Amino acid sequence: MDLSRPGRRAFSLPRLDVPPVELPGELARRTPPVLPEVAEREIVSHYTRLSQRNYGVDTGVYPLGSCSMKYNPKVAEVAAALPGFRRLHPLQPDHTVQGALELLWRLERALCEITGMERATLQPPAGACGELTGLLLMRAHHTRQGNPRRRVAIPDSAHGTNPASVRLAGYEALHIPSDARGLVDVSALEKLLDQDVAGLMLTNPNTLGLFEEEIEKIAAAVHGVGGLVYYDGANLNAILGRCRPGDMGFDIVHINTHKTFATPHGGGGPGAGPVAVTKELARYLPRPLVERNEDGTFRLEAGGPDSIGRMHGFFGNFGILVRAYVYVLLHGRDGLKEVAERSVLNANYLAELIKGAFPLAMPGRPMHEFVATAKPLKDDTGIRALDVAKRMIDLGYHPSTVYFPLIVEEAMMVEPTETETKETLDGLGRAFLQAAEEARRDPELLHAAPVTTPVRRLDEARAARQLKLRW
Amino acid sequence: MRFAPHTDEDVGRMLEAIGLRSLDDLFDQIPPSVRLDRPLDLPDGASEMEVLADLEALAGRNRSADDLVCFAGAGAYDHYVPAVVWALAGRSEFATSYTPYQPELSQGVLQALFEYQSMICELTRLEVANASLYDGATALAEAVNVARSALGRERVLVSGGVDPRYVETLRTFGRGAGYEPEVFPIPLGRGGEPPVGPDVAAVIVQHPNAYGVLEPARELFEIAHQAGARAIHVFDPLSLGVLAPPGELGADLAVAEGQGLGNHLSFGGPYLGVIAARMEDVRRLPGRIVGETVDVDGMVGYVLTLQAREQHIRREKATSNICTNQTLMAIAATVYLAWLGPQGLVELGRQCAAKAAYAAERLTEIPGVELLFPGAPFFKEFALRLPRPASTVRDALVDRGFLAGVPLPDADGHALLVAVTERRSRAEIESFAEAMREVLA
Repeated sequence: MDLSRPGRRAFSLPRLDVPPVELPGELARRTPPVLPEVAEREIVSHYTRLSQRNYGVDTGVYPLGSCSMKYNPKVAEVAAALPGFRRLHPLQPDHTVQGALELLWRLERALCEITGMERATLQPPAGACGELTGLLLMRAHHTRQGNPRRRVAIPDSAHGTNPASVRLAGYEALHIPSDARGLVDVSALEKLLDQDVAGLMLTNPNTLGLFEEEIEKIAAAVHGVGGLVYYDGANLNAILGRCRPGDMGFDIVHINTHKTFATPHGGGGPGAGPVAVTKELARYLPRPLVERNEDGTFRLEAGGPDSIGRMHGFFGNFGILVRAYVYVLLHGRDGLKEVAERSVLNANYLAELIKGAFPLAMPGRPMHEFVATAKPLKDDTGIRALDVAKRMIDLGYHPSTVYFPLIVEEAMMVEPTETETKETLDGLGRAFLQAAEEARRDPELLHAAPVTTPVRRLDEARAARQLKLRW
Repeated sequence: MRFAPHTDEDVGRMLEAIGLRSLDDLFDQIPPSVRLDRPLDLPDGASEMEVLADLEALAGRNRSADDLVCFAGAGAYDHYVPAVVWALAGRSEFATSYTPYQPELSQGVLQALFEYQSMICELTRLEVANASLYDGATALAEAVNVARSALGRERVLVSGGVDPRYVETLRTFGRGAGYEPEVFPIPLGRGGEPPVGPDVAAVIVQHPNAYGVLEPARELFEIAHQAGARAIHVFDPLSLGVLAPPGELGADLAVAEGQGLGNHLSFGGPYLGVIAARMEDVRRLPGRIVGETVDVDGMVGYVLTLQAREQHIRREKATSNICTNQTLMAIAATVYLAWLGPQGLVELGRQCAAKAAYAAERLTEIPGVELLFPGAPFFKEFALRLPRPASTVRDALVDRGFLAGVPLPDADGHALLVAVTERRSRAEIESFAEAMREVLA
């Protein structure tokens, strides 16, 4: 707004070639909104400058645990921008959108094969919405059995969206403790399960990066009380082509396309959160679904009376689904398996490099991500995980996730992803060790960090206390 | 095509460092009984060239709005997207970044979102906006949650003029939240007032409504307020250069589909859910909110704020489960609104209104074609009653190069909703009317 000057403008529109009209006076706007009045050249330099004050995957390694910030293929951008996709209206007749419907159908088939499920909705526009969708499917299933039930079990290591989604679906969260290995405490789970539990939400590998080795026992216990088992797809990257949620006993799976299928996260979205289910649950999926006709053409099908309804105004984030499909095609069956292998290899290698300073929080072998702890460092020096994270910025790296999962003190959750080179991991590992060493030698460096960024540590308490949420 | 960069030598050295012999050893903890003992039933991976050819073939089997002259609307509109919008919003520093959890590395996204929130407040004349929701339909569901939690009341009244897809979305979200939206007939000056009572949390009015008609929004919001309910306005952001904003009409919460603000049609998404509210509801708002603050040196900067509302802090007590939103679409909207400026927004609104009025005039000259709501004021969209089933007419017009509009279930399937944006020229409108005349002859 500082750049704004009355009368300056960027827009250009064709000259009005039809007679002007007056809208009813009582409904007309009296004073125009106070928007910036700037020339296009200033807009370009302003937002270009802002982009330069932002770090993306294209800038460098982005080892945020639980976020799978891998390289986003450029060809997916080209495909999504094809006019035959980008310029499609969502309410065109089916015969004019056959290519789009076929793409959605093929992607649904691929996601079902990858997850071991029967059908999928591509409608949820993000993973959290996928969670709510899955839980509403759970509710529909139980309601049809005569009782929607009251509670959904969630491990204490779960992402915060799980309990929030549970509540939005009209359930209460039933917290399941983790055992000393960081895995679901199966005997505690078995004790807490009863006919009032609608299901269990589980991430596998879990948020500690550990595979729930007793998954079959867990699924059997939940099924034993008539519950459903929900797979949170946040960590699907680790198991692609190696094992499938459907084969482990899961009934409902959501997928985060920006994690597993490398769709760009956009600084906080758009994502896409497809939900795949077993044959038994397919009748409850949101509508419409894409169906294939006998003659090989495709149609949007409104669905039967059991459908839970609609999770989005149209068909979800189609442009993101195009990118996800491109990713599947590029990799194919062997490529996806290789994604899992290399992501697990990279995480284990990095964990090995830094374990002297930042030991693993749990004893088991991590998969695509690991949770280390800065607790020994804090005990020795007073330097916290947050200080290490800020120092990493000055050393040229995006920090890992910190203080999550909540069950680990001074948690540092690191996920390098499969697209980083050994050299990058070596550099990242050295930076972690350097920060730990500086914590002993020159802690002020860490307290003061970052100093190389456009702004330094920001006063978040003040932001919340003296709310300034607009110009 | 693959993106993992490892050479065989890298793999060998890394395994050695970990103390393992093979990549398979990394997956030892997966019980053999759940391992997949066959390759995935997917095609082999392909080169970039092959994949792009496949996608081009799929795209080529669609008839886009570049090919058909678009008069379809109903919540998604063919507004012009200036070149500058995606030249900037598409910059990969924005596009490939995560939610700004590390504010020092994310000032670009954060400041752009702060500007977005500010512009939405200006457009709506409400006091606070969040950093985006998924789309218009889900934004409405979130606004209902705000109203119900603010008032502790149960019932949700929805005007029959609200988009049926939005109502269906509310019905779906309501299954979990514990309400069933009640639809009351559209007013159109003929009664049909919302059946308010002391247990009503929200009265929802879409204006312009799903038939394009301008509603007596001020009166309806007044009825809501007299009953102590929150008035929720489903608005069209592109109308707000010429139509009175939600805040001046008396709305407490305003939600919109923001697609028209610089975002492509893209077969229904990714779009932009807009929500704005009064300050009394700020702590009940869903999703991310950016606030201005200072750093340790007193420099102005931006952070995600009021995070105590959010799922990663409050878990089951959070105001919503929103995590990923539609940030990049909000950045596009910010660039677009900066490009339009106040004069552009007004001019764009005038052009839409004039072109829609002109199209309605030309089309209703055709024998048997009339407005579904004659005499009702409209902005850029209007409903026609046709002498033949609307879907038949629409399909026939595809063959003549037009996307004629969206058939409505009203008038025994003879109703067609037609939208006219600033992109449509007089010549296109006239040839559309001519083609419609031929099809109906």
